[in-house]
This record gives sequence, structure tokens and C-alpha cells, in this order.
Amino acid sequence: MSVEAAVERLEFRDPHRARTLTRLLGALCREIGKPVSVMHVCGTHEQSIGRFGLRSLLPKELTVLMGPGCPVCVTDMPEVDEAVALARQGVVVATFGDMFRVPGTAFSLAEAKAEGADVRVIYSPFEALKLVQGTEKQVVFFATGFETTAVATAALVLAHPPENLSVLSAHKYIPPVMEIVAEMPQSHVQGFLAAGHAATITGWHIFERFVARHHIPVVTAGFEPLDILAALSELVRLIRDGEERVVNAYPRCVTPDGNRQAQKLLWEVFATEGGNWRGIAHVPNGNLRLRPKYSWADARCRFDIDLSSLLDEAPPRLTQECICGNIMAGIASPYDCRLFAKECTPQNPVGACMVSSEGNCKIWHEYGGHVVVRE
Amino acid sequence: MCLGVPGKVVEIDGLTASVDFWGVKRKVRLETVDEPVQVGDYVLVHVGFAIRRIPQGQIEETLDLYNQLIAATNQDLMAVDIRAEVAATAKINGGADER
Repeated sequence: MSVEAAVERLEFRDPHRARTLTRLLGALCREIGKPVSVMHVCGTHEQSIGRFGLRSLLPKELTVLMGPGCPVCVTDMPEVDEAVALARQGVVVATFGDMFRVPGTAFSLAEAKAEGADVRVIYSPFEALKLVQGTEKQVVFFATGFETTAVATAALVLAHPPENLSVLSAHKYIPPVMEIVAEMPQSHVQGFLAAGHAATITGWHIFERFVARHHIPVVTAGFEPLDILAALSELVRLIRDGEERVVNAYPRCVTPDGNRQAQKLLWEVFATEGGNWRGIAHVPNGNLRLRPKYSWADARCRFDIDLSSLLDEAPPRLTQECICGNIMAGIASPYDCRLFAKECTPQNPVGACMVSSEGNCKIWHEYGGHVVVRE
Repeated sequence: MCLGVPGKVVEIDGLTASVDFWGVKRKVRLETVDEPVQVGDYVLVHVGFAIRRIPQGQIEETLDLYNQLIAATNQDLMAVDIRAEVAATAKINGGADER
């Protein structure tokens, strides 16, 4: 089946429901009578919105922004630098494919590999176990991703890997960054769509504290085009009615308390810590770091990571002009970036948002961003 | 990396399950799943780990999106991510995919 045929089938599988939802969204926005701005925090949501052209169906008063929902994109440059430094020190570094080409202050892991460092791409944390079999070499798993992925890294640590495997955690925790984005003075976000699979782990109760603090509603959302339209309708309805609460629009996967077994593993191994999210801000409790009792598996405790040689190198000129941070904070769109689709392309990415398949810039480059409104 | 991919459990051996993804059988870790799973259940899998037993009666609507995307071309961004999730599961006996 061609992509076009697949899209056609999916987008119009239930045209009645899609039309009903878009009509409802239009009516709700007209009742509100002024522009409405909401944010989602998930690369897969943006993929689905872009791929199925959902923005073309939305009323023009409604803006749906992508927030800091791409874990690779928010990995801070010094975190990449740590992995690059370890690779250049002779350690085998294993990481996810999207992380491979993300620039650090001076180098990406791909560039370190081109210079002779041993960098391997893996799909699952457990593949790191295979890499240490039959080698004396030290292997470091450079672990990125939100809580959904950190659960898998926790399981790897709890499986007591061999002595020559350790973890360099750049895992991030989503709930605290929603607070930061909501508090940004330039931000006009009136409601959040919560990421469906991160919420599968944490449950939706966790967002109640956020709602109480920030007085804006949160709706959990799945990834089907109709899931997203339904969740947006619910969110805009809550905004119209001034209702400050959490609604679960993805009950197939999200429960009030989430996946307790996964939480048990996650919090056994990890603790939250403040840290920078690339281009956005310092996020209190936004980083997931190994607890001291697992220091034997923590690359930061096991190795003397020397960043000094990297900091002497000047960062590439174009990175100064990259506005990924503003894009991820929802205060700029990829189309506002002077480099977008010119100097910065998926083949030659300047910023992390053009590297990852979950990055706003890569997704807009692939599928387009704002699309022409269909009649 | 926020994606999950649904598959059907065909065999369970301790903390490891053989899971069928569109005819490809792969190994999936179970220590992270929310409730006990049995042969015949569908699970949502992320980076090789089951994170959710999909309730009976909601399986078909969960599969819909994936059924469409798995048929898409190799170049499609979202379809590539879904294939990567299947690739994150371990091959059976370290050999080729069982079909």
C-alpha cells in the first residue's frame, strides 16, 4: 500500500467522527471568542499531527504548539560532551540512533566515531549487555529518554550487568518541565496535552498537582488522529468552561496511578535532580540520575570524565543562531528560524530538533508544519 | 522514543515473552509490565520492554494506527520509528526473525 493510500484510509476511516470533532472544536473556539493556545509535550504527538495534517483541520483560532517533548533534543550539550569525552578516552559508548548525530559543544558522537572512537548504536538498553559479552573493554550506555525509557534502563541496572558495563544517564522527567514552560512569561499556553506513554508509566493523578498550581487543564492523549482531535476538543472545552482539572482521554493505556511495577523499578534506581534542558532552562527535578547505592553502575562515578579538551574547541558558528530552545519552549516555530531547511536540514542538522525523528524541526521538514486549510 | 508498539504474547518463559509483531516473533522483557500477562494478551512494548497489558476489547482500536503505518513506505518518519521499536526487541535465539 502506498503512503497516500494508507493516509487516506486512516484519515478518513471515520470521517463522520473527525468532522464532528473539528466542528465541535470550531464551535468551542468561537464561544471563547479569542485565540486559544495549547501545548503537547510529545514527539509522537507531533509526528501524528504532522503526518495526518491535523493542523489543517483545526479552527484558525486554535494554535497547537509542540513543547519540550523530544528527549534527544532536550539532552544538554554538556551531557553529550560527557559521552564524547568518554568515547575519546577509549571507552565503548553505546546509545540510541537519534543521539548519535546530536551536536555537543564541539563534537557529536558521530564525529568522535569518525575520528576513531568506538561508538555503537543500539535500540534497547538490553543490547548493551550483548556488547560487554566477550570483551574486557569498558562499555558505557549513554541513556537518553523520558521516564518511559528510563524504566528500561532501571531494569538493566537491576539485572546486575557485568562490571564493565555502566550507565551515563541523561534521562529526563517530564512533569517538572511542564511547570517551567507554564511559568515562562512569554508563554501563553492555556492547556496541556500530556504525553500518552509517559503517562502510561506515571498515571494521570500526577498532573493534578500541576493543575492546582498553574490553574490550567491537562488532558492525556493517545496517538491516533482521532485520539488527538478528541483530546483537543476536551481540552478546549475545559478552557471554555474555566475548569481546572485533569481529564484522561487515553484510557486504553493511562490509568489514575499508572504502571506501579514500572514506577517501582524507576524510583528504585533513579532520583530526580535539577539540571539544564538544552536551550530551555534549568529544570528543578527535571533530570533522572542514578541513586548513590547504584554508583557501581554510574559512569559518572566510575570514570574521571575530562571535558577540558572539548571546551577548548570553538562551537560551530551556526549553532549560535539555532533557536531550538525557543521552539521547544513554544515561543517560536521552526518557520521562525532563519536556518530552517536552508543551512539546517536532516542531512546537515545544526540543532538537535533537526536530528531526532521526534524533533519539531525534523517533523516539519518531513511533513510540513502549517498546512493550507482545506475547504 | 515515546512510542510503543503493540504485539501479541505467544509464549512466556519467566520474565521473557515471545511476542508476535505482524508475523515477526521477538523476545520482550516482562519485568516492567503493569499486570500479569498470559499467552494471547496484547502488550505495548517500548525499547524491548512491555509497559502495558492492553485491555481486551481495546486491542483493535490500539492496533489500527500501527496497522496503517506498518504498511507505509520505508522513508516515512513515523513508520521508521515503529519499525525501530520492533527492532529494539531481541531476536529469538539470537538468530533470524521467526516468521
